[in-house]
Amino acid sequence: MSLRRRSLLLAVPALLPGLAARAQGIGQDGPALVAAAADLQFVLEEIAARFRADTGLDVKLVFGSSGNLARQAEQGAPFQILMSADEGFVFRLAERGAARDRGALYAEGRIVVFAPLGSPLQVDERLDGLRAALDAGQVARFAIANPEHAPYGRAAEEALRSAGLWDRVQPRLVLGENIAQAMQFATTAGAQGGIVALSLARAPQTQGRGTFAVLPDTWHRPLLQRMALLRPAGAVAERFYAYMQAPAAREIMRRYGFVLPGEVQ
Amino acid sequence: MDWPALRLSLVLAAATVALLLPPAVWLGRVLAYRRFPGRGLAEVLVALPLVLPPTVAGYALLLLFGTGSAFGRAAASVLGHPLAFSFEGLLLASVLVNVPFAVQPVQNSFAAVPRNVREAAAVSGMSPWRALLRVELPLAWPGIVVAAALTFAHTLGEFGVVLMVGGSIPGQTRTAAIALYDRVQAFDDRGAVLLAAVLLGVSLVALLLTNLLSRQVGRRTLHA
Repeated sequence: MSLRRRSLLLAVPALLPGLAARAQGIGQDGPALVAAAADLQFVLEEIAARFRADTGLDVKLVFGSSGNLARQAEQGAPFQILMSADEGFVFRLAERGAARDRGALYAEGRIVVFAPLGSPLQVDERLDGLRAALDAGQVARFAIANPEHAPYGRAAEEALRSAGLWDRVQPRLVLGENIAQAMQFATTAGAQGGIVALSLARAPQTQGRGTFAVLPDTWHRPLLQRMALLRPAGAVAERFYAYMQAPAAREIMRRYGFVLPGEVQ
Repeated sequence: MDWPALRLSLVLAAATVALLLPPAVWLGRVLAYRRFPGRGLAEVLVALPLVLPPTVAGYALLLLFGTGSAFGRAAASVLGHPLAFSFEGLLLASVLVNVPFAVQPVQNSFAAVPRNVREAAAVSGMSPWRALLRVELPLAWPGIVVAAALTFAHTLGEFGVVLMVGGSIPGQTRTAAIALYDRVQAFDDRGAVLLAAVLLGVSLVALLLTNLLSRQVGRRTLHA
């Protein structure tokens, strides 16, 4: 191979790393990368669009279970904001110096029991319908998020235990890797129902797929959703962090069923 | 249609082929023509990613890329950021995982070159380089194209490893396969179907090409 061809061949791989990063301009001056709990899947997209309309600035959203996202942030993922569905994950990041401070409470979440169309499960806030369906042997599969790293999954387990149904439901569970996947299982994958986030059940994208009933918040530890600016955070991230606490964003959150800090439902 | 994700997948696939093919051609030829102690082990190591569960590979790479390993720390200081959750990390993972797809077709192709043809080249005074360029490659090139096509298509389909070391960062590690996974969770059926159709189409084209050229390898060397 000629020397020129060989050096050309070697030059190509050297150019590649820059390509992808430049493709989206992610960094301190580009769009802020926000890691958000999966229950924010739809509400945050609406808020981000409003943010872009109001300020002309962009945020890029990554959704997942709070536990997974927090772990990735600890391992050096370039997230600038973590919006967790559980306070504990934010506090842990603050203790390890991965977050600027202990962050701010941005909402309290609620869980609902959900039944897809055509399911024999009747939904009600006392889970009597679930009890009856279990008695009649009509529940083959019930979807929740994985309690080990998804706060909404943990809340679902606590609620099922409070209702005295955990031992009966547990052999029937399908676990979503995060609450959005659990919702997906509950609506399309053949489960007879599940416990999912109110914000996901109220979203326009999931309307008409089934029925739901809000479960008592006394049945589980509060879903205190906390966010924090992480070490890589830049100016855009700081503005979005402030925007989340301003009236426009709070109104959108309220519409999706969140209880806002300082307000009683 | 998630164009950035598709573009990222295509760039990743092309970059993997570009980085992996030259060493794969060298290694495939060595495995085809040379007998050496440990050759069996080399072939096993080459084939390993074929049977290794993607989560095992992903976990091993997470350990390798992390700041707990000397390699991870060195890479992070060179790049300026951790290897995990970056395009560079994904590229490295992709190269490692695709070794069997790149090496084996090349090895088979070189092995199919009749021994008497190679001996004739040597006897007529060709240097090893000239023999490679003028005799072996013209006969073995279908295998190299197959290797490139399979590596390309396989990279497009990578999921388990990307999920573990990638982090679904838009523009950096959210490949088309990951984007499809995200679209499903976002109840975006249309977006998911579009991505699935494109990925399926590319896979079919790659396999068609592979099929056509594999038949060529046999035919060519028969008449050589």
